[in-house]
Amino acid sequence: MSAVLPREPGAAEIAALDAQLERTWGTGRGLWERLSTVDHKIVGRRYVITGFVFFVLAGVLALMMRTQLMQPDSELIGPDRYNQIFTMHGTTMMFLFAVPIMEAMAVYLVPLMCGTRNISFPRLNAYSYWVYLFGGIMIWVAFLLNVGPETGWFSYVPLAGPEFSPGKRTDFWAQMITFTEVAALAVAVELVATIMKQRAPGMTLSRMPLFLWSMLVTSLMIIIAMPAVMLASSFLISDRLVGTHFFNPVEGGDALLWQHLFWFFGHPEVYIIFLPALGMVSSIVTTFSRRTIFAYTLMVLALLATGVLAFGLWVHHMFATGLPRLGSSFYTAASMMIAIPSGLQIFGWIATLWDGKPRFKSPLLFVIGFIVIFVLGGLTGVMLAAVPLDLQAHDTYFVVAHFHYVLIGGAVFPLFGAFYYWFPKFTGRLLSERLGRWNFWLFFIGFNVTFFPMHILGLAGMPRRVYTYPAGLGWESLNRLSSIGALLIGVSVLLFIINVVRSLRAGDVAGDNPWEASTLEWATSSPPPPYNFMHVPVVTGREALWVPGPRQVMEGLSPSHREVLCTTVLTAEPDLRQPSAMPSSWPLWAALTTALWFIGSIFDARAVIWGSIPVAICLIGWLWPTHPEPFRERGLA
Amino acid sequence: MSAHPSTWQRACSAIALTVLVVGCSGRQAALDPAGDQAATIEILWTLMLWMCGFMYLLVLIFLGHALWRARHVLSSEPVPHGAQRPAERPLRMALAGWFGLIVGGLIVLSLGSFFIDRSLANARLDNAIKIKITAAQWWWKVEYLGETPAQRVATANELRLPVGRPALLELQAEDVIHSFWIPNLGGKQDLIPGRINSLLLTPRREGEYRGQCAEFCGLQHAKMALDATVVGERDFAAWRQQQLLPAHAPSTPEQLRGHEIFMSGPCASCHQIVGTPAAGQNGPNLTHLASRRTIAAGARPYSFEALRDWLRDPHTIKPGNHMPQVQLSNSDLHALTSYLDSLK
Repeated sequence: MSAVLPREPGAAEIAALDAQLERTWGTGRGLWERLSTVDHKIVGRRYVITGFVFFVLAGVLALMMRTQLMQPDSELIGPDRYNQIFTMHGTTMMFLFAVPIMEAMAVYLVPLMCGTRNISFPRLNAYSYWVYLFGGIMIWVAFLLNVGPETGWFSYVPLAGPEFSPGKRTDFWAQMITFTEVAALAVAVELVATIMKQRAPGMTLSRMPLFLWSMLVTSLMIIIAMPAVMLASSFLISDRLVGTHFFNPVEGGDALLWQHLFWFFGHPEVYIIFLPALGMVSSIVTTFSRRTIFAYTLMVLALLATGVLAFGLWVHHMFATGLPRLGSSFYTAASMMIAIPSGLQIFGWIATLWDGKPRFKSPLLFVIGFIVIFVLGGLTGVMLAAVPLDLQAHDTYFVVAHFHYVLIGGAVFPLFGAFYYWFPKFTGRLLSERLGRWNFWLFFIGFNVTFFPMHILGLAGMPRRVYTYPAGLGWESLNRLSSIGALLIGVSVLLFIINVVRSLRAGDVAGDNPWEASTLEWATSSPPPPYNFMHVPVVTGREALWVPGPRQVMEGLSPSHREVLCTTVLTAEPDLRQPSAMPSSWPLWAALTTALWFIGSIFDARAVIWGSIPVAICLIGWLWPTHPEPFRERGLA
Repeated sequence: MSAHPSTWQRACSAIALTVLVVGCSGRQAALDPAGDQAATIEILWTLMLWMCGFMYLLVLIFLGHALWRARHVLSSEPVPHGAQRPAERPLRMALAGWFGLIVGGLIVLSLGSFFIDRSLANARLDNAIKIKITAAQWWWKVEYLGETPAQRVATANELRLPVGRPALLELQAEDVIHSFWIPNLGGKQDLIPGRINSLLLTPRREGEYRGQCAEFCGLQHAKMALDATVVGERDFAAWRQQQLLPAHAPSTPEQLRGHEIFMSGPCASCHQIVGTPAAGQNGPNLTHLASRRTIAAGARPYSFEALRDWLRDPHTIKPGNHMPQVQLSNSDLHALTSYLDSLK
């Protein structure tokens, strides 16, 4: 193998190579082949669409809540239904939309951005999607059958314990955690391996696009944070199903243990949602400013610092629980410190825009909306980090306003920007710019009309998670305003869906690189072929496609076998050729048996044992060595 | 434009004023302090609001300037890494300044938070009145601890505090986690099964305030309010004396019949009425029920009719609460209501 300038091959030569690669990497049209596919783009697309469906479902729940709260003493929705609705809204948004869709975007984009042919561990990737899908379906079917969880997305014990939450509702919730965490951990491992080992030759760490950096940090955070909540939900479910007493103070357990475990995961979770969005923002800002990102090294360090600090501030969710006050001050300081990397990144993006040549297309509009909204949410976060102020604002609508500013402003706005930005890569067609502007402005205005009044409501004493409120406390008009805003957001999301449907059929054809962007995913056709790149691209600068002169590629991967190129971690020098897994239906079977296992254990604790047998069989089938011929040559010539 | 404010401007200032009034006053408002703790926290709020507002303004100005600059710029060759930009150096200096500003601001805010927190923790406790509050789904048990057991006053869903005297609350929960919060008086504190927390409130202004459970505690979390009244020291002493008395004996035949229904029915197994055989502890103490301003933890203002509706079916007013519906004929219902209504 060697780096070469692309020869000028004849059209026939290209067509022949394309056909051969297509045979090697392609996914057929049959149902079975679709179910067995391990192509990261197909899995990623499914993941994104499923995540978006959950976003819409949870959004519908939000509209129902806003309808109920539009007037005082409303009897539209009873307390039991309402509690299920707000629990499902939070659970779906956090576990079934926000984390999965960020990972889904990465599943699609990271291999392309790395310049490789498939994600690492492609079968695990397929398995991850199926597990996620089944977990989501399970909890939603339970909800529609009126056995949805009703103890909040945080499921505090003892309320969620066996005594105060009898029945199967919370068991479904706890197992949903297990499903989504398995899925998230699987993707995290794939992403770390892909980013570490499958970057294109020449893409040293210092040339890595910030999106890859953010996904690397996010994935490492997932690997550290998720086990805490899996542990917590396993404790909870064993308290509920087999009578352990982890959280029962009467038997020596502790109700606060749950909160520590949950928030040790729950706070990093916010950054797990937020960091990928920062990566998207950096991509969009670079492309539309047509300037390399300002203070790249500092931006990378800021991501790393956020990832580390995120684990040191979970206690700021627990200031009102009566923990030692001097100790709480440490968490105040840690919580405030996280404003430093965030503030530096905000500066970096605005500086890039300031010195760049910005083109105000829809993706950039969403990024500007992100800055305006997110910074406000970050500042209310600084306020909430102060113990005394938090004691007033905690668990009120002030906090609801704060985290919607952070999560919608910090993650959903960049995500919509990312949809507009990468849609042409996913589909080959551009989204309508006119509808995009309507989408943006309605969302931006609707968002502020919905959530800004909540700051005031919280200070005026309105607690969270109430299914109704009495008249006469001065909350009526602001609640009505907020509900009207929610409707605007609903219309805006509807416009986005219309835009997608119309553009899929009749959008402008995009071409390879409609935005003249700099990262490798734009170096291949739109949508990319099943094998991503005909030849592995070679990277010679931080903005790979902005480097003047002809592009270099690397030849030598077999067109007739599924192979990817592995490179060294730091300097991305070609290291070895790694076989990549063939399509298989085993991941699907393994996911089905896993689902059976998890759901069975809700109804009978013994299912933990017998349910594992079919899973083990599937795993054996999955890992059975099937290579017809041993790889002759692994190393480099 | 005329010199006088236009209708539109007037409407705008009216809206702004409404927002301000709504946010800043009320009987359940954090920024309308009626006690030392809430007032101290408000100082921190003001500091935060100004400093954070200033930082936000800086970001918006920088962003606005970047967008404004962009109006001349024509698309041309992209600027990759390594290209020498004249703006790089001034931007780096601005970044250093910005970094200093953030760090400096955060130091001020953390110190502010720390010292406010210390001052809250070091508040004077002398002559404090001690009150034990136990939260249960979905009501508050309130016990004033006296020098001797005979001076102990038990009530429910209402809290009376003498103005100017610190009140030390001992907070416990019977079932799940609740959170005690009277925004006008101070911050909130959780009540956690298996733990005892405490909260100090020093009211400074007489008036009627409202507290509400702030930690999601199940089905009727929304209807778990607490009626708080700050009164003068003398009124408080009078109230306490009155609360120490046993219940009024029934005085009319109707009340007498209501009394019998109460004692013979399931009511007495959950509720206590001091001076009668009823000594149940599962539900609120009813000894002076009719002197309270609300029923069912603030679900309704107190009135004969509201009480009767509640007794007829507690689940229309507060669906799913733990008080069972007791089938009573209309005349029995009226008698029972009359009796309870006499418990001033």
